[in-house]
Amino acid sequence: MAQKKLSIRIDGQLISAEEGQTILQAAKANGKYIPTLCALDGLTPVGACRVCLVEVSGVDRLFPACTTPIQEGMSVTTNSPRLTRYRRMSVELLLVERNHTCAVCVSNGHCELQSMATALGVNTVGFAYNYPKLSVDMSHPRFVLDHNRCILCTRCVRVCAELEGAHVWDVTSRGIHARIVSELNEKWGQATSCTNCGKCVQACPTGALAEKGWAVEEMVKKIGTVTSLVHRRGVQV
Amino acid sequence: MKRITIEPVSRIEGHAKITIQLDDQGHVAGTEFHVTQVRGFEKFTEGRPYYEMPGITARICGICPISHLLAASKACDAIMAVRIPPAARKLRELVHCAQIVQSHALSFFYLSAPDLLLGMNSDPATRNVLGVIAEHPELARDGIELRKFGLQVVEGLAHERVHPSWIVPGGVAAPLGAQARDHMLSELQSAKAIAERSIRFFKGALDNYKEEISVFGAFPTMYAGLVDAKGNLQLYDGSLRFRSASGEIVEDQVAPEDYKQWIGEASLRESYLKAPYFMPQGFPGGVYRVGPLGRMNAADRCGTPAADAEFREFHERFGVVAHSSFLYHYARLIEIVYALERIEALLHDPQILDTHVRATAAVNALEGVGMIEAPRGTLIHHYKVNEEGAITWANLVVATGHNNLAIGRSVQQVAEHYIDGTKLNEGMLNHVSAVVRAYDPCLSCSTHADGSLAMRIRLVDPEGKLLDEVAN
Repeated sequence: MAQKKLSIRIDGQLISAEEGQTILQAAKANGKYIPTLCALDGLTPVGACRVCLVEVSGVDRLFPACTTPIQEGMSVTTNSPRLTRYRRMSVELLLVERNHTCAVCVSNGHCELQSMATALGVNTVGFAYNYPKLSVDMSHPRFVLDHNRCILCTRCVRVCAELEGAHVWDVTSRGIHARIVSELNEKWGQATSCTNCGKCVQACPTGALAEKGWAVEEMVKKIGTVTSLVHRRGVQV
Repeated sequence: MKRITIEPVSRIEGHAKITIQLDDQGHVAGTEFHVTQVRGFEKFTEGRPYYEMPGITARICGICPISHLLAASKACDAIMAVRIPPAARKLRELVHCAQIVQSHALSFFYLSAPDLLLGMNSDPATRNVLGVIAEHPELARDGIELRKFGLQVVEGLAHERVHPSWIVPGGVAAPLGAQARDHMLSELQSAKAIAERSIRFFKGALDNYKEEISVFGAFPTMYAGLVDAKGNLQLYDGSLRFRSASGEIVEDQVAPEDYKQWIGEASLRESYLKAPYFMPQGFPGGVYRVGPLGRMNAADRCGTPAADAEFREFHERFGVVAHSSFLYHYARLIEIVYALERIEALLHDPQILDTHVRATAAVNALEGVGMIEAPRGTLIHHYKVNEEGAITWANLVVATGHNNLAIGRSVQQVAEHYIDGTKLNEGMLNHVSAVVRAYDPCLSCSTHADGSLAMRIRLVDPEGKLLDEVAN
């Protein structure tokens, strides 16, 4: 049975989309760009980064496009001064939360957080930096986890659980204390469930997860290998 | 008792102040050279992956980041226990020589030429690089061209002039292309001509500086620098040699990993810059100097024809061991000649275009030392890592650090010669600063840089009352 079609408006344009789609999916299917950071094709959306916030007519609060399902007659605005302000603020908060020092990062020049900040015009940060003291897990023979550069997008958690099926990664604690942990807080090198596939590394938008041994600017993520795998396997979420 | 403070010392890289203590008769009783800022690279890199060290430590300085990139990468090579490909070794030396050219050109033409050409007593308002441009436009243009050449070679190899990411543990990130090499070669001859012109000009003017030569740090010390097995000057590789004040080789072929057997590090009161000393002679007796003068005194020859001719003339003029720190300027110009000759030889080496430029490995040794000759002297990076490759301990011995004790003594000598405590004047103030400048100290490397500001000397009595003040 064919999916029920719903009529919505995105930036004033009338669009016919399938019931059950999120605003982000409907927008993408119709060539409308909404910036995203934690979303990755084929993985369950979680609405962690708040960069994809959109306005919905008749409602005051903003909605994350990646997790909000469309409804008949919904009118969505994807771009406005208010949205730019909030998106920029979201990125600024990510930048101040941990220690993102682009100049000496393996992912400098190939980082989604960095490009998003550039695209949104984040040239100054209006909040005080948090400068937390965070550890680096180098126990894995091939990969490194640097909490300083993690934005808690949880792409690693989802890609490992949903695509590789190993579920090595999880999030521990709450709020500002939240951390990515491998296998019930074991060191990554001791995590017996890890298959060493590296999908988490390739899916990570920053230099938080990286291959060992690359110098500054050398860690180029092969994110296409993750998303193409999703499409080949026809993973539906 | 009166105290004079020069703060900050201008036209050097970084921040320093000088304190001069006068007795009741207005004679110099004592001097102190302070480096006033702290940086902490050795501490905050603990826990970082070792292979990030080149990128992190390069940020110590924007003038010669290549030096830190090279020393850090060599320390990482040692941790990986790899022998880097021959082409990578040559490319690293090439980029290093280019950096020596640009850094020495900066020191001589931009920072010191105002004192040398316009006079120590000239108007401070024009005693700067703009004054040099007005008075000696040809020489100023030469300086700018020479520095540009050095930076263009760096850019041609590493794609960025400042803080490139091209020098990596195990070698370099990408090979050199024939087109880029040919472009460098096309510019080389005019750079060599400038170097030759500049050194001829300086030698012709040497008689004007007899007084400075006799009091600018003119006292016997040891000297240190890297040499190869035959005693030739080395900038990128080699082992450390210490030569005594009278010319005997005190210690030779000290391997990088053995530096701690010979070099001790003392902490000084009121300075964040450590003071390395030659251990067998203890502290503070074991003073030695590094940098261009240290290398000219430590090596037996340069190993390239034009530089060797200059090397011989230098020692004919000033003896087997030349003791005046004023001669750092002279030695710097000889090294520009040497570096340009090395650049030419390396660019003509057929292996320089080889595409195998990187060795890869994981942690194979838990400790590594990298030692090179930075423009300002011997630079040592020493790291310890755990089996996972995280830095557990780091020690950097920087070029300016080695010279710390000698700079202090030179300041004392110049102050005693020029300062009469009854009245301050601009020329006296500048002589004290100029001797510091002769060492071309990089205080950003040794501790921290905040840019260069105006210089101010204050003369205050023991109660803190301002007696006299001069500033520029």
